[in-house]
Amino acid sequence: MKRFTLSVITLVVALLVITACAQNQATPTTAPTEQTGAVTEQPAPTPVPTKQEQPAAEGSLLEVVKQRGKLICGANANLPGFGYLDQEGNYAGFDIDFCRALAAAIFDDPDAVEFRPLTAKERFTAVQTGEVDVLIRNTTWTLTRDASVGMDFGVVTFYDGQGIMVRKEDNITTLEDLQGAAICVTTGTTTELNLADQMRARGIEYTPVVFETADNTFGAYEEGRCDAVTTDKSGLVSRKSLLQDPEAHVILDATLSKEPLGPAVLQGDPIWHDVVMWTVFATIQAEEFGITSENVDDFLNSEDPGIRRFLGLEGELGENLGLTNDFAYRVIKNVGNYGEIYDRNLGPGTPFELPRGLNDLWTRGGLLYSPPFR
Amino acid sequence: MTAKAEVPPKRKVTPLVLEWMKDNLLTPWYNAVITVVLTVVIFVVLRAILRWALYEATWDVVLVNLRLFAVGPYPEEAFWRIWMSLGVVSLLAGLSWGVWGGRNLTPSAIVGVLGAVLLVLPVSSNVKWPMVGILALFILAHLASMGRTGFRRPLVWGWVLSFFVILFLLKGLGGSTLLTSVPTSKWGGLLLTVLLAIVAIVASFPLGVLLALGRRSELPVVKLFSILYIESVRGVPLVTVLWASAIILPLFFPKGVRVDNLIRAMVGMTLFSAAYLAENVRGGLQGVPRGQYEAAYALGLNYYQAMRYIILPQALRAVIPAIVGQFIGLFKDTTLVAIVGLLDLLGIALSVIAQPEFIGLQREVFVFIAAIYWIFTYAMSYSSRRLEARLGVGTR
Amino acid sequence: MATVPVTEHTRPPFWRDERVLTVVAQVVFLVVVVLVFTYLYNNVQAGLRARGLTGGYGFLQQRAGFDIGESLIPYTADDSYGRAFVVGILNTLKVSLVGVLSATLLGLLSGIARLSPNWLLRTLVSAYIEIIRNTPLLVQLFFWYMAVMLKFPRVRQAVELPGPIYLSNRGIAIPWLRPEAGFPVWIGFVVAGIVIGLIVAKWRTNYEERTGQSGYPIVAALVTWVMFAIVGWFIAPGTPATVAKPELNGLNFQGGTRMTPEFAALFMGLVVYTGAFIAEIVRGGILAVSKGQREAAKALGLNDVQMMRYIILPQAMRIIIPPLTSQYLNLTKNSSLAVFIGYPDLFFVAGTVLNQTGKSLEVISLVMASYLSFSLLTSLFMNWYNQRVKLVER
Repeated sequence: MKRFTLSVITLVVALLVITACAQNQATPTTAPTEQTGAVTEQPAPTPVPTKQEQPAAEGSLLEVVKQRGKLICGANANLPGFGYLDQEGNYAGFDIDFCRALAAAIFDDPDAVEFRPLTAKERFTAVQTGEVDVLIRNTTWTLTRDASVGMDFGVVTFYDGQGIMVRKEDNITTLEDLQGAAICVTTGTTTELNLADQMRARGIEYTPVVFETADNTFGAYEEGRCDAVTTDKSGLVSRKSLLQDPEAHVILDATLSKEPLGPAVLQGDPIWHDVVMWTVFATIQAEEFGITSENVDDFLNSEDPGIRRFLGLEGELGENLGLTNDFAYRVIKNVGNYGEIYDRNLGPGTPFELPRGLNDLWTRGGLLYSPPFR
Repeated sequence: MTAKAEVPPKRKVTPLVLEWMKDNLLTPWYNAVITVVLTVVIFVVLRAILRWALYEATWDVVLVNLRLFAVGPYPEEAFWRIWMSLGVVSLLAGLSWGVWGGRNLTPSAIVGVLGAVLLVLPVSSNVKWPMVGILALFILAHLASMGRTGFRRPLVWGWVLSFFVILFLLKGLGGSTLLTSVPTSKWGGLLLTVLLAIVAIVASFPLGVLLALGRRSELPVVKLFSILYIESVRGVPLVTVLWASAIILPLFFPKGVRVDNLIRAMVGMTLFSAAYLAENVRGGLQGVPRGQYEAAYALGLNYYQAMRYIILPQALRAVIPAIVGQFIGLFKDTTLVAIVGLLDLLGIALSVIAQPEFIGLQREVFVFIAAIYWIFTYAMSYSSRRLEARLGVGTR
Repeated sequence: MATVPVTEHTRPPFWRDERVLTVVAQVVFLVVVVLVFTYLYNNVQAGLRARGLTGGYGFLQQRAGFDIGESLIPYTADDSYGRAFVVGILNTLKVSLVGVLSATLLGLLSGIARLSPNWLLRTLVSAYIEIIRNTPLLVQLFFWYMAVMLKFPRVRQAVELPGPIYLSNRGIAIPWLRPEAGFPVWIGFVVAGIVIGLIVAKWRTNYEERTGQSGYPIVAALVTWVMFAIVGWFIAPGTPATVAKPELNGLNFQGGTRMTPEFAALFMGLVVYTGAFIAEIVRGGILAVSKGQREAAKALGLNDVQMMRYIILPQAMRIIIPPLTSQYLNLTKNSSLAVFIGYPDLFFVAGTVLNQTGKSLEVISLVMASYLSFSLLTSLFMNWYNQRVKLVER
């Protein structure tokens, strides 16, 4: 009898606490910034922005992020060079640095960001449901994703192409040699679709062996379950370095598709979309200007009106975006320009040593081209 | 063929080994054949397993990653909170054993031996001493409380309270310096597995009882609703429920509200578990004799009072073993949260086998975590059988 | 339930009248449920709209664009999402059906073996049951896949067994029939043989029951069937089928039929796991048959096998069937774990479709509805069977 009362009470309390927990998780916490003694109600689910100079920002994710005090970035945790956990358990990589750049642009603090590791399969849902603010996870920009999956793209951080890796001993040199092959591929990617298209176009019979995570895909390839494994070439390079004997594998020359990788945000929020795009452009423009994290302070004395506008010494470019005028300065100072980010994660001195190729400034024959900051 | 199994080996005045062998291994003739064949098979298989386990396996992959297996990426500076939580559990367990277990020194002795073994083992000291302390706490609590049946009620409250205290302790508080908030994305390993199972079973309890009552209700609408819920949930796999709760749940909330990944998994598991619990409780309700209902109403009790004072106490008591069984199932089912990207014990194992320095050591890792799961579930089902015997369920 | 006959002068005011209250309570409950559901539904709809996602099942007719590794029906990337779903459903049914049959066999044998007078056998089977029941299925599946199937030799070093059967980490390749011109005719004979075999079995059973003489129904049915198959083979124009042997050709085995490691791992995992649970059910059922039955059987001079076959199992069946049904349902539901090891079952294909289309609500509802129907169908079949077993009891 008493036991029953007890259990009922327990459970009611348990439910309450759990809901409270959920609440706690759910509402963007404003606690640290609220210093008024009179504690008002719980903040409404959609936080009402306090007095803002940019009325345009109202209702935008930008406001939510600012109130929360940190950015939540959907990332990859399993792709060395792009997004992975280093030995100390911190996130690092090319994509991760763009998350940090975004945090730097908003908060002047590259560490004001929480990373949420996502699989290829769950990434769009995570953006759709608002679980992450921005998805920077080697995601290909396609029309379907832009139009009907509810994403907004707009800027490319990495121009990639899909490739195929095979074992040297199999003497495979072209796609045609893959007749009858088993090919490992990760589900939920454009890779899966491109592979089907390309093989069909060439009339090659093959068996797809499909896995949930890249770890499983490459694990199965390594064990010999498949004759080949396919993903973006950058991913292949990065993964190859992790195989037991990297020398025993070779990446075919053939490129199956164009893979422009870039950040994605939820459709229908132009303000937030602009912030993400222009943060990336800032890193590209900085490289074009020759501004690096080391010499950026020297440029503060620059006479060049273009550079002065870029660094926020003149004009109100940043405030128009809903940020501060010196957002580009913050990005460069804290994270660096595009070239620095690239070299740090993928360039010489890293295990990957990827040549810049298409990912070079337009002035040097690449595709990186920032619209003007004016 | 089956007749002898129920009869324990007969005790004779001179229990001869040969006699036993004759009864259990050699008669009739085909049993002798089975025995010989099995002996050979067992010998070959065991030898292969032992050779692998002792000589061929590389157990480094487990030893190096022990911390990950235990708590995942939980921050090191907050480890003391886990120790403290374990301490609370150990204290309560000791007290409970003393209060309910009668004057029996065996548990203390077993724990004492464990502690002694731990002292001798070459474990790093920042694990060894907290562990020894926790074990000591158990012994102290056990010895101090032995036979004090008056403590039963406060103890139940203690357990209830501890649930929240521990959750709070592990989560911490945003903004404080002593108890800094640990984001749930940093919870992992065995810690997460155990938490998920406990939260799901505790939270699904009220829902399950209500659904069971609803299913036996005389109000057709309530009954229909309960049946629909229970049968639909029981008809689909847990992964689809977890998946749905991960994808649909956030849609229930307005834009901008973020529901934690872990919370979503917990909600999914709770909703799933409630349907099964409801069926267990319904079994208990059906086991209460009709006379009890009639007597309760004859006393003038209304529905609520009758359930609350007469029926449920009897029904729930009868289904305790079934609920323990369900908890064991739930404990095993926590592995499925890998589908929503949580790093439970299995999730950690999968990321460990992807570590470049330990490529190709799947067997070691899976054998290790299977052993952990086995120890937990076997211990639980063993205690459940003991509990069953003690409560006398099924004998009355 | 316990209402006292209410006379005019004892009738309580309506707010305390139980009959009124029950109606009110139900109406309130219904209203609350409806309100909550409407609220949630509207929220979801609004949420989906705000996120630029439109609803509807029209996408099922669109081109899928992805390939599926193994399929029972012809499927290419050019087929529709709807057909991809069907492929997934058939794959789920395939592994469930084969799994249920094998798990029943394994469980039955283990359950009986656990009660064997042979100590060694008993202990061994108990160890199997205790180990398997107390570890998570998913861990076992990963073990079967990564630590067993993928550790087989590579395809070039495939183990050759007589047949030839090849074992490698690409799966198991076995010889298989290759249909030729006369195949349809021959298959017609085989099917006819099954039908007539069943009729023969029925007839022999009736004879057995009527006269008490052994009618050998099973033997008679088998003989009928085999005879039909043989006669059909010769009557059919040309050779109905040839045996295709697997051989290593290029990168993989061609010819014959192959069982993929994904399927093999899922199958082994499900059968071994469910078999352990069924064994416990069978054991419980056998122990529940009263001792007198056993003694009576012995007294009649039946041997152990006969006693099991004719006395114990038929009676145990009554106790075994209901929990067995729920194990069958569990196996079917557990087959959704295929997603973790890459076997393209319903859940796996649905995940891919969801990912390529973004239609979350639609895909989830389809998946749930499919699993619910599987469960319902299994329950119905087992209930029907249970009725039959009950009738036998008389």
